[in-house]
Amino acid sequence: MRTIPAQTVIDKVAEMCISANRELPEDVMASFRKGQEEEENPAAKEVFRQLIENAEMSKDTGLPLCQDCGLAVFFVEMGEEARVEGMGIRQAINEGMVKGYQEGYLRKSSCDPFTRKNTGDNGPAIIHFDLVPGDKIKIWMMAKGGGSENMSRVMMFPPAAGWKGLREFIINRVAEAGPNPCPPILVGVGIGGNFELAAINSKKALLRELDDKHADPEVAKLEEEVLAAINKLNVGPMGLGGKNTCLAVKIAVAPCHLASLPLAVNIQCHSARHKEVVL
Amino acid sequence: MAEHHLKTPLTDADIEKLKSGDVVYITGTIYTGRDAAHKRLVDTLDKGDPLPFDLKGALIYYVGPSPAPPGRPIGSAGPTTSYRMDTYAPRLHGLGLKGTIGKGRRSREVRDAMIKHKAAYFGATGGAGALLSQAIKGAKVIAYDDLGPEAIRELTVENFPLLVINDCHDGELYTTPNLEAALAG
Repeated sequence: MRTIPAQTVIDKVAEMCISANRELPEDVMASFRKGQEEEENPAAKEVFRQLIENAEMSKDTGLPLCQDCGLAVFFVEMGEEARVEGMGIRQAINEGMVKGYQEGYLRKSSCDPFTRKNTGDNGPAIIHFDLVPGDKIKIWMMAKGGGSENMSRVMMFPPAAGWKGLREFIINRVAEAGPNPCPPILVGVGIGGNFELAAINSKKALLRELDDKHADPEVAKLEEEVLAAINKLNVGPMGLGGKNTCLAVKIAVAPCHLASLPLAVNIQCHSARHKEVVL
Repeated sequence: MAEHHLKTPLTDADIEKLKSGDVVYITGTIYTGRDAAHKRLVDTLDKGDPLPFDLKGALIYYVGPSPAPPGRPIGSAGPTTSYRMDTYAPRLHGLGLKGTIGKGRRSREVRDAMIKHKAAYFGATGGAGALLSQAIKGAKVIAYDDLGPEAIRELTVENFPLLVINDCHDGELYTTPNLEAALAG
C-alpha cells in the first residue's frame, strides 16, 4: 500500500483549479488559430481573434479566462493500492478545490437550488471515483460553466430509434442551443449504459484531446460524420455564422439494457478548461 | 456595418440609429444584474418600492464577475446567457431600460418590447472575460451585496466593445441554423 499525504492532494488540486482557469489546453488554442484562419465571415474571425487575445490576457494578468469559473468537476482513478493519509480523499479534493478557488480569485458559482443562496466556497466539488489496479491516483479537473451545461440533455430512446434517431437528436440539440452555449462548442456524447452512466460518459468524453481518434474505427467514423454535419448548421462562433460551430464530437459507448437506448449530450463551451495530475 | 461610440445614459435617438451587426463602444456607467438580482428588482417593483438605480436610459450587463484581485477594479467579466432574463426584460424596457448586454438568443416577447420601447440587445464575446475586463475602469456594489457575484454593481466603462444583436427595428444578427443541410449530412 502506497500512502500519499492529504496535503499533497490538497495542494495539487488547488494548483490545478487555478491553472485550469488561466491556461487553455494547447489543442484548444490551436483550434482557435485554425478557426481564425478558416473563417471568411469577418465577425467569426473577430471572435477567434478575441478568444486568442483573451487567453494571452489571462496568462499575463492571472485573471480567469472566463468569469464563470464553473462548478469544479473531478474524475478520479484511485489505485487500489494507494491510500490518502490524514483525511479521506473526497475531503482532500474538496479542500484543495476551495483553496484554489479562494486563492486564485475564481468565481464561486455553487448555490442552493431552492433559495439560490451561494454556498460561498464553490463546494461541494462534484467527484466521480473509479477504482483501478495499481498504486497511483489520477485526477482530472474540469471547470464546467453553467451556460453550456444548461444546453445539455439526456434522452432515453427506444432501441428502434437506432443511430439515425441519436444522430438527429444530437444535431437538433446543437441547432436549438444555437448561440447560447458559447460556440464553437465541443460535444460529449454518451451512448448506452443507463440513465446516469450515459451522462457521466458524455462528460468524461470531453476530456479527450480534440484531435485524437476513437479506438474503435466505427465510432471514430461516427464522430467525424456528426462533426461535419454539425458544422453545416452555420451557427458559427458565438452564433454569428461560420464554419466553426463545433470543434470536436467525442463519443463514449457502453452496453445497455435490451429495452433502452440511452443518449446523453454534454455541451462544452469553447473555453474547454481541464487539467490532470498523477499522484 | 457601422461603428458607433455611445455615452450613457442612452437616448431614443441613440437606439434608433443602431442596426443589427453594428459595432458599438460604450463609455459611461452600466449596471450588472443576472438571475437572482432580476428577481429582486421585479419583487421590488411589485411592492411599489424604488429600484436601486434609475432605469431611464440605462444599460444592464448580464454578468457575474469573478472576484477582483488586488490592484484591479474587477475580475473577469464576460456576458452570461441572456434568455434566463427574458421573463423580466420586457417589464424593465417598459420602465425606460434602453439596452441589455449578454450572449445568446432573446425571446419574441423581449424583441417586441425592444421595438415598442426603443431599446437594443447587445452581444459581448462569451468566454472573453479577461479581455472585456480591461474596458472596465471602476466597479462598486450598489445593491444586494449578499448575492456575491450576482450583486448589482455600477461599472464605469471606457469603450466597452459590443455588437448589436437585436435592434429596435426587429433586426436579428444570429443566424438561423441550417438544419436541413446538417441532417442530410
